[in-house]
Amino acid sequence: MDIEAPRVAASAQPGQFVIVKVDEKGERIPLTICDYNREEGSVTIVTQVVGSSSQKICDIEEGEYIQNFVGPLGKPSEFIYENIEELKSKRVLFIAGGLGTAPVYPQVKWMKEQGVDCDVIIGAKTKSLVIFEEEMAAVAKNLYIATDDGSAGFKGLVTQKLKELIDNEGKMYDVVVAIGPMIMMKFVAITTKEYNIRTIVSLNSLMVDGTGMCGACRVSVGGKTYFTCVDGPEFDAHEVDFDEAMRRQGQFRTIEQRKAKAEQERREGHKCNIGLH
Amino acid sequence: MAKQPRVAQAEQDPKVRATNFEEVSLGYTIEQAMLEASRCINCKNPRCVVQCPVSVKIPEFISLVKAGDIAAAAKVIAEDSSLPSVCGRVCPQEEQCEGACILGIKGESVAVGILERFVGDWARKNNVNTVSAMPSNGNKVAVVGSGPAGLACATDLAKLGYEVTIFEALHKPGGVLQYGIPEFRLPKDEVVAAEIANLTKLGVKIECDVVVGRTVTIQDLMDKEGYKAVFIGSGAGLPKFMNIGGENLNGVVSANEFLTRANLMHAYDDSYDTPIYTGSKVVVVGGGNVAMDAVRTAQRLGAESHIVYRRGEAELPARKEEIHHAKQEGIQFDMLTNPVEILGSSEGWVEAIRCVKMELGEPDASGRRSPQVVKGSEFDIECSLVIMALGTSPNPLIVSTTDNLESNKWGCIVADDSGATSRSGVFAGGDAVTGAATVILAMGAGRSAAAAIDTYIKNL
Ligand SMILES: Cc1cc2nc3c(=O)[nH]c(=O)nc-3n(C[C@H](O)[C@H](O)[C@H](O)COP(=O)(O)OP(=O)(O)OC[C@H]3O[C@@H](n4cnc5c(N)ncnc54)[C@H](O)[C@@H]3O)c2cc1C
Ligand code: SF4
Ligand code: FES
Repeated sequence: MDIEAPRVAASAQPGQFVIVKVDEKGERIPLTICDYNREEGSVTIVTQVVGSSSQKICDIEEGEYIQNFVGPLGKPSEFIYENIEELKSKRVLFIAGGLGTAPVYPQVKWMKEQGVDCDVIIGAKTKSLVIFEEEMAAVAKNLYIATDDGSAGFKGLVTQKLKELIDNEGKMYDVVVAIGPMIMMKFVAITTKEYNIRTIVSLNSLMVDGTGMCGACRVSVGGKTYFTCVDGPEFDAHEVDFDEAMRRQGQFRTIEQRKAKAEQERREGHKCNIGLH
Repeated sequence: MAKQPRVAQAEQDPKVRATNFEEVSLGYTIEQAMLEASRCINCKNPRCVVQCPVSVKIPEFISLVKAGDIAAAAKVIAEDSSLPSVCGRVCPQEEQCEGACILGIKGESVAVGILERFVGDWARKNNVNTVSAMPSNGNKVAVVGSGPAGLACATDLAKLGYEVTIFEALHKPGGVLQYGIPEFRLPKDEVVAAEIANLTKLGVKIECDVVVGRTVTIQDLMDKEGYKAVFIGSGAGLPKFMNIGGENLNGVVSANEFLTRANLMHAYDDSYDTPIYTGSKVVVVGGGNVAMDAVRTAQRLGAESHIVYRRGEAELPARKEEIHHAKQEGIQFDMLTNPVEILGSSEGWVEAIRCVKMELGEPDASGRRSPQVVKGSEFDIECSLVIMALGTSPNPLIVSTTDNLESNKWGCIVADDSGATSRSGVFAGGDAVTGAATVILAMGAGRSAAAAIDTYIKNL
C-alpha cells in the first residue's frame, strides 16, 4: 500500500526501512521500503500478517490514517555508494523470497536506472504467492520464478535454481543479494559460499525503536554483535550467525500468536482488505 | 514549642503497590504542604538555591506555599523550571537543594522536592497559567529530541518569541521521561503529557517520528528549511552490554528495551499489542536508578526479581529512596556479585547466570573501592530473564551525519558551557554532551543553550 509521508519519501534510499505503528495500542513494526515517489511524497510498503499489529495494518482501507510512520531507517544498500562504471562491470543476482520480493524491487529498479543489468530469482510456495512479477520483469534482465510445487516456473527452491543457473546454464555472478525469510537467506548463504560469491542479506530482526536505543535487534556478524536497525539491515551473508538470528526472531512468537488469534476471533473472520495474506 | 518534624508524604502500601503500576508516592495535601513550608527559615543566602542546577527561587516559592498562595508559588517556579511536577518527583534532591539545606545540618532538611511537586500538581489541577510568550520574532529554531534538555530549551526560546519546532524520533515526546522512568514513579498522561502540553500552549511545535540524521539532516534543516539555529538534545540512549558469553541468548535484554516495552509501549497493559517477557525469575545486572526501575517493573509484572551488583550496598549509585522502595517491595539484592557468563537451554533461552563473588579492595583515585574477584567463588543463579542495566552512551547517528560536529572518545558531542558546538549555529546539551546524567542537569543545559542561541541569532 502507498503511504503519504513526504519527509520519508524525500530521504528514502534502496535498502532502508520504516517503522509503522497503526494506532495507539499497536506495536512498532519494521517494514522494508518497497518503493518511493519523491514528487508525490509517498512510500510503498507491503505487509504480512504475523501478529495482531500487522493484522491491523492489513485492515487499513484507502484514505485512512496510520498513526505513526517513521523512517527511512537503517543504512542504504552499499551499492548506492559504489562507482557506477564499476557496478556495471559486475554480474549481480537478486534472490527474492515471498514478501521479500517487495523490497528487492526498488533495488533492481535503481540498478536499471543506473544502467546496471541484474538477474532476479523470485521464489514462492506456489504461483498465487508470487508478487511483483510484472514490475520485476520490467526492470530485470532475466527473471526466473521458482515455486515449491512447480505451479509457476522452476519447480524447487531458489537455491536449487541458483545451482542450476551456474552448473547447467553457464551463469556466474560476482554479487548475490538475497532478501526473504531468514531460513531462505541462510541456505542462499550456504550455497553461494560453495561458489565463493560475495552475498548480501537484509535481516528482518525483531525491533522496538529502530534507532539504536534498545538492542532488541542484536545480531552476530563475524563473531561481533551489531544492531540491525543502525548497523544494517544489510550484512555480509557469509558472516551472519543465522541460527542465532532465527532463534532471536522467534522470541515472542508464542505470545504474539496468542494475541493475534484472540484478535482474529474478535473480528470474526474479517478479510484482509488489500488481499495480502 | 517542640520543633515541627519534616512532614512525611503518604505512600501506597508496599505489598499492594508491588502488584500495580500506580504511583508509589502520593504527595502532600494542601495542609501538609503549608505545614512543611512553615519549617523553612527563609535564609538570606539560601544554600539550597546554589545547589539547584536551574536556580529555582526556593525560599520565595516556599514562603508563598506557607501563605497558602499556591498559584503565585507556581509562577515563581515557572520562571526557572517548566517541569515542576516532573522534577519534584525525580530529582536527586538529597544531593542538591535538600542536601544543602541549612536545617539538614542538625536535623531534617525542608522537603523541597515534595513541595515542588505539590505546587506543580496543584497548578495543573487548577489550570493556573504560569507562562506567556513574547510576540513572535519570526526566527525559526529547531530542537532535536524532546527530553528534558530539548523541552527546557524550547520553553525558554518560545518565551523569547522564537518559532520553535521540536523533532522527536519516537512516537511520543518526553525522552527518558516517557520511555525510561516508569509510570509508578512518574505518571505519563497525568504528569509528563500535561507538562509537555504547556509547551504547545506557548506555540512550540512538536514533530514526532522524525529521526534527525535519517529523515532529515541538520544541514537540511538549516539550509533548506530556514532554521537559524539548532539545539541537539538527543540524549544518551545507546545501551551497553557486558560482552560476556551467552549475551545474545533469548531472554537477555537491555534495561532500555525492557523499560521501553513497559513504559512507552505499555506492555503491562493487556489491551496493548506489545509483548513483554519475564518468566518466573528476573536478574537485573547493575546498581543505578535504571537498574532499580527495571527490577521494580519486573517485580510488578509478577516475577521474583533480583539486583546483581559487583560492589557493596554502600556503593550502589541509585538514589537511597529508590533502594529503600525496592527493598520494601520485596526486591532481593545480591551484592558483591559479578556475572561472568549467561547459560542457556538447548532451545537458546536463558536458564541461569554464572557469577563470581567479589570483595572490595582499597579505595582508588576516585575514592571508590574497586571490587576484586574472590578466587574459586563461581556459582549459578537460575533465572528466566536477564536485564542489563550497565549504563548508556550517546547515539552516534547525529554526529555521523553532520559535518564538522566534534565528539569525544565516548561519543559525546563537544560543547562549551553555553552549549555552543564546533559547528556555527549548532548547540547541544543534556546527556548527549555529558553522557547519562540527570533530568535537571539536562534542563539546565537546555536553558543555557537557549540563552546562547538568543545571543547568537541577535548577532547574525
Ligand atoms: C530508566 C531511567 C531512570 C532515570 N531516573 C532518573 C531520576 O530519577 N532522576 C533524574 O534526575 N534522572 C534520571 N534519569 C536520567 C535522566 O532521565 C536523563 O539524564 C535525562 O532524561 C536526559 O535528558 P536529555 O534531554 O538530555 O535526553 P533524553 O531524555 O534521553 O531525550 C532525548 C530524546 O531525543 C530523542 N532523539 C535521540 N536521537 C534523535 C534523533 N536523531 N532525532 C530525533 N530525536 C532523537 C530521543 O528519542 C529522546 O526522546 C533516568 C534515566 C533512565 C534511563
Ligand atoms: S536552605 Fe533550607 S531553610 Fe534555607 S531557604 Fe533553602 S529550603 Fe529554606
Ligand atoms: S530496534 Fe532498538 S536498537 Fe535496534
